[in-house]
Amino acid sequence: MQEKEIITSTDEQQEYVINMGPQHPSTHGVLRLLVSLKGEKVKSVQPHIGYIHSGIEKMCESITYPQIIHLTDRMDYISAHINNEAVCLNVEKALEVDIPDRIKVIRTIMSELTRLQSHQLWWACFGMDLGGLTCFFYGLRDREKILDIFEETCGGRMILSYNCPGGLMYDIHPNFQKRVKEFIKYFRKILPEYDQLLTGNVIFHERSKGIGKLTKEDAISFGVTGPTGRASGFSCDVRKHEPYSAYDRVQFKEILHTEGDTFARYVARIDEMWESMNIIEQLIDNIPEGPFAVKMKPIIKLPEGEYYQRVETARGELGVYIISDGNKNPYRVKFRSPNFSNLSVLNHIASGFKIADLVAIGGSLDLIIPDIDR
Amino acid sequence: MDKIQLGELIKSIAPEAELKEGNQFLEATVPPSSLYQLAKQLREKEEAQFDFLFCLSGVDYGSDLGVVYHLRSTLFDHAVVLKTRTSDREHPQLDSVTDIWQTAEFHEREVFDLLGIKFKNHPDLRRLFLDNSWGFPLRKDYVDDINIVTK
Repeated sequence: MQEKEIITSTDEQQEYVINMGPQHPSTHGVLRLLVSLKGEKVKSVQPHIGYIHSGIEKMCESITYPQIIHLTDRMDYISAHINNEAVCLNVEKALEVDIPDRIKVIRTIMSELTRLQSHQLWWACFGMDLGGLTCFFYGLRDREKILDIFEETCGGRMILSYNCPGGLMYDIHPNFQKRVKEFIKYFRKILPEYDQLLTGNVIFHERSKGIGKLTKEDAISFGVTGPTGRASGFSCDVRKHEPYSAYDRVQFKEILHTEGDTFARYVARIDEMWESMNIIEQLIDNIPEGPFAVKMKPIIKLPEGEYYQRVETARGELGVYIISDGNKNPYRVKFRSPNFSNLSVLNHIASGFKIADLVAIGGSLDLIIPDIDR
Repeated sequence: MDKIQLGELIKSIAPEAELKEGNQFLEATVPPSSLYQLAKQLREKEEAQFDFLFCLSGVDYGSDLGVVYHLRSTLFDHAVVLKTRTSDREHPQLDSVTDIWQTAEFHEREVFDLLGIKFKNHPDLRRLFLDNSWGFPLRKDYVDDINIVTK
């Protein structure tokens, strides 16, 4: 009896340092978290990153602007189309090219489809992280339908490279509108099933409500954007604040929650799926006629200066900062990636919670590791 | 605040600042010594309240090394760009803004890792992506005969 007491007391006082990752299933990639534990409680989390650092910013300095687009696919590969769009918009803004409405509308529809499939994959993995394996099958089943639409139009399923400076690589497939409408009709029926499966689940509530609270002030200070920031009440939707492409002509709500916990981040993403479907429905029947690309010069040279473009990816605000010295290669390119800033908050919100909660919190941040490492 | 008022405010805090109207933002270039005070004032002043540091990039300008801060106020939705540069390429050192915006902790570690700029008063200045066997790859004079193909 006495011996047992001694063991418990040392257990609580001793500090454990364990490695979570780099190949842990819940880190969704090559992320290593150095977790200091006291008993089962997390004292601090130190992210160790760089396992798949590929030096994209350095590579950009020696290639041309149309080539950069294909590198941005590889950063946040789940919302590849939106990354492409960020570079294209920046180049078009610098060259002051007028983009026809058809391109803007198609880009917006594709962006929202990208956001939908990203949130579906997130929902699938988040459910699986918390022990609900059915979610994974449901989420991937529905995501496959969007990927099929992508494949038909772009040829690629995840890495689309559908944008190019001045427009799109090729026109949409004749079936595109029909299949998107079919999908929206299908998914409007299916999305309430997601709620039935996970949102109302008592075990899920126990594991997510009140876990990993992030206040609005901290969200702003840490630069946490996207659904994660909006779940803390930080109004940061670039689509609303600085509309690009066709977002200024559609009606949609910016999803804001104030709780700031894991459950709020979950609900924010579910709500965003409904809003994405609303946006697509408003645009899909009204794709204007016109060319799918503007004729650009064969060698694109940006005027000397600095250009910044922000877009809203599925995970937050992506900023592309280009410094040009007038050559065909940029002088310096900086990608302000949303996941990089979102990761920095992990230590702040996970400290004090149990190690099982760390999995829930990490899942709710929806991290994509190549976007952090770049 | 519009750009003119912002310019006047920056001039009143740091008279040595050089203002420039950029493509999108108002750009203020200040010497490293006055950067921290200007940043702190811009964060705290009632009428400015730049609470969101949305981008922090290190740039190699050839002779100088510099850091560019993109700031935005979530309350008033105005933005400004602060720039600073140092000509010391051997031991470049700037003030950290980590205690003003917490997001700067990771961003400054990234700048230190890739450009070798040290930040004074940074709580945990370690390399982020690479290990110590690397130089500073984002510098323009970085030489790598194996991995970088020059035409």
